[in-house]
Amino acid sequence: MKVGIIRFPGSNCDRDVFQALRLAGGEPDYVWWNQRDLTDFEAIVIPGGFSYGDYLRAGAIAAITPVIDGIKDAVKEDKPVLGICNGAQILAEVGLVPGVFTLNQNAQFICQWEEMEVKTTRTPFTSFYKRGAVIRMPIAHAEGRYYNPEMDNLKDQDQIVLSFVGKNPNGSMEAITGVCDLEGKVCAVMPHPERASESILGSDDGLKFFKGLINY
Amino acid sequence: MKYRAEVMISLKKGMLNPEASTIQRALALLDYQVDETATIEIIKFSLKAKSTDEAREQVDQMCQRLLCNPVIHNYQININSGDE
Repeated sequence: MKVGIIRFPGSNCDRDVFQALRLAGGEPDYVWWNQRDLTDFEAIVIPGGFSYGDYLRAGAIAAITPVIDGIKDAVKEDKPVLGICNGAQILAEVGLVPGVFTLNQNAQFICQWEEMEVKTTRTPFTSFYKRGAVIRMPIAHAEGRYYNPEMDNLKDQDQIVLSFVGKNPNGSMEAITGVCDLEGKVCAVMPHPERASESILGSDDGLKFFKGLINY
Repeated sequence: MKYRAEVMISLKKGMLNPEASTIQRALALLDYQVDETATIEIIKFSLKAKSTDEAREQVDQMCQRLLCNPVIHNYQININSGDE
């Protein structure tokens, strides 16, 4: 499966995602922010980082670049799209997933391992997990507090993908740290599955995100 | 005509503002007891338009498309003619 990894000025998890996709058996390639045509790819990953220095709001400026139009086309063609950390913030800014990821409750940059529960397995990225599975992945963000004034819709439509277990480090509503669109094809997660894709990194719990995608 | 625009962006009522609460706690460290601390972001620029209304309309579009996130923000636009 050919997977496009989107690069913005300030992206910094692109090569980690490349490695994780390779491990999962995919054929990743990099795509620069000004490329409008993404028809060569069967899936898209927006990696983490600090696109455009997080100016205005994390993800706000990346959200209006030409590659986003290509991603919108990919979504219309039912291609899976994963946003990780800054990628998740971008997908929320674009409106491809509901709600926003905004400044952490304690106003700190939080960088630590956390446990989280897989709330739905209907997305390509979580199809290799069991519903309710508790997995360990790192988070690294200042703007990761999930906020959505329409929480009932989110639950009714099975759009919660991940939520923290045991604590709520950034003050997210209902400890949510991953959501998807109505179809379940566009997935936005704050934790970094690529940083938990090999046991030498401390956990390989995240590799299934990429295996699920490649085998979709 | 050249106009000067000022966009004031604030969080919607009831939204948690971690920046403001951190500032309020820091003021308390200096023995200033204050309440209802809020932060507002101001973006200023000049633009050309045929009228104040047209300028305001353009800036409103900018707010909706980039400067604000309608899920969490309120905004206020001030337009002044550029000759002041």
